Amino acid sequence: MAFVDFDHVSYCIDGRNILRDIELQLDRNETLVLLGRSGSGKTTLLRMVNALVKPTSGDVRFDGKSVATSDEIALRRRIGYVIQDGGLFPHITVARNVGLVPELEGWPRDKINARVSELLDAVGLTPETYASRYPKQLSGGEKQRVGIARALAADPPLLLLDEPFAALDPVTRYEMQQHFLKLRQEFGKAALFVTHDLREAMLIGSRIALLHEGRIEFVGTPDEFRHASSPHAREFLRTLDLETAA
Amino acid sequence: MSGFASEIVEQSGEHVVLVAAAVAIAFAIGAPTSIALTRRARTRRWILGVVNVIQTIPSLALFGVLLPIPLIGGIGKRTAIIVLALYALLPIMRNMVVGILGIDAGVRDSALAMGMTRQQVLWRVEIPLALPTILAGLRIAIVSTIGTATVAAAIGGGGLGTFIFRGIATADMTTVLAGAVPAALMAIVADEVLEWAERHYSV
Repeated sequence: MAFVDFDHVSYCIDGRNILRDIELQLDRNETLVLLGRSGSGKTTLLRMVNALVKPTSGDVRFDGKSVATSDEIALRRRIGYVIQDGGLFPHITVARNVGLVPELEGWPRDKINARVSELLDAVGLTPETYASRYPKQLSGGEKQRVGIARALAADPPLLLLDEPFAALDPVTRYEMQQHFLKLRQEFGKAALFVTHDLREAMLIGSRIALLHEGRIEFVGTPDEFRHASSPHAREFLRTLDLETAA
Repeated sequence: MSGFASEIVEQSGEHVVLVAAAVAIAFAIGAPTSIALTRRARTRRWILGVVNVIQTIPSLALFGVLLPIPLIGGIGKRTAIIVLALYALLPIMRNMVVGILGIDAGVRDSALAMGMTRQQVLWRVEIPLALPTILAGLRIAIVSTIGTATVAAAIGGGGLGTFIFRGIATADMTTVLAGAVPAALMAIVADEVLEWAERHYSV
C-alpha cells in the first residue's frame, strides 16, 4: 500500500484549476520529487499532505488514512516540513526551534536536549556553537540545516520539502543536496521534495513526477526522465543541455 | 503654595487613574477583538473603519454627545473614562492587527505545519513576534490619552485638566501651567519607558 496516496485530487480556487485529477503514489523510504515550473501546482499538492490545503475533490491518504478525516494536529506532528527560507521562528534560539515539536509532544527536558544535540550534529552544526544562536545570526545554508534538523526532530516517517535549497548559492546548494542524500540514507524516511531544478530532481529523487499546469505529465525514475517524450519534460531536459554546453 | 503643590499631586493621581482605567478598558476590549479580526478580513475592514471614525470626532464633542446618555453618560469620571477608552482603541487595535498580520507567512505556515494548535500559534508565535508593534500601539494610546484626559475636567472627570480649565476661566497662566506641565512630563516619562520596553522585546 502506498505511504502517501493522491487519489483523483483536484483543487480549484477563484474559478482557476490549480490541480486536475492527480493520481500519484509515494512509497515508504522513497524520495519522490515534484518537478515543475512556477504555478504548476507542485507546492499546492505538497501542502495537501499535511492538510495546509484541502482538495476540492478527491482524497489524499497518508499511511492508509484519509487526511481529510485525520486529526490535523496529530497528523502534522508525524510529518516534517521544510520550506525555502527555513521558516525558523526568529524569536527563539536554534535549540528551541529544533526542539519545538518534541516540546509540543511533551518530551522531558533532558530528552529534548539530547535529541537537539544529536540532530544538530547530524546536519553538520556543532551544538556547542549553534544551539544558543538566534536564526538571524545564521547564514542561509545554516538556516536550512536547522530547518531540516527541526523537521526531523520528532522522528517523523515522512518529510515534505518545498524548494528547500532554492534560495542558496550554487556551492552551498550542492553541499546541502549531498548532505540531504547522506541524511536520507542515515534516517531512511519517505520524502516528497518540490523543486523547479531538474538537476536537483535527478540527484535527489528516486522518482520524479513532472507537473505542468496542474496535471501530471510524467512519472518515472531519473533515467526514464531523460528519455521522456513529453514536450514539457524535454523543455526541462534542455536546461541540462545548456549547462553541459556551457 | 504648599496647598497648590498637594493639589497638583492629588490631581496627577486622578489623571493617572483616568488614563490607566481608560487604556486598560481599551486594551481589554481591543486585544481580543483584534486577534479575532486577524482571521476575518471583511469584518476587520468594517470594525477598524468604525474605530477610525470614532478617532476623528473631536474629544470635546464626544464628551458632549455622551453627557445626556443614561448609564454611560452623565457628569463625572465614568463618562470621561469611556470616552478616553474609545480614543485609545484605534492605536491599540490597529497596531495589534498590523503586528499579527505582518508576521512572515513562512513562519506562520511552519508553526501550523509543525502541528501547533491555533492557541499555540497565537501565544508562542504571533503574540511574541507582534509584541514590539503591540507595545508601540500601547505607547501611542497611553501618551495620547494622557493629553486627551485633560479635557475630561470639562465634564467633571477631574485630573490635571482641572487646573487648565480653572486657569483659562480666571485668565491665570500659573494655574494653567500647574496642569499642563505635569501632564506633559507624565507623557514624556511614559513615552520613554514604553519605548524602552518596545526595544527590549524586538527581535
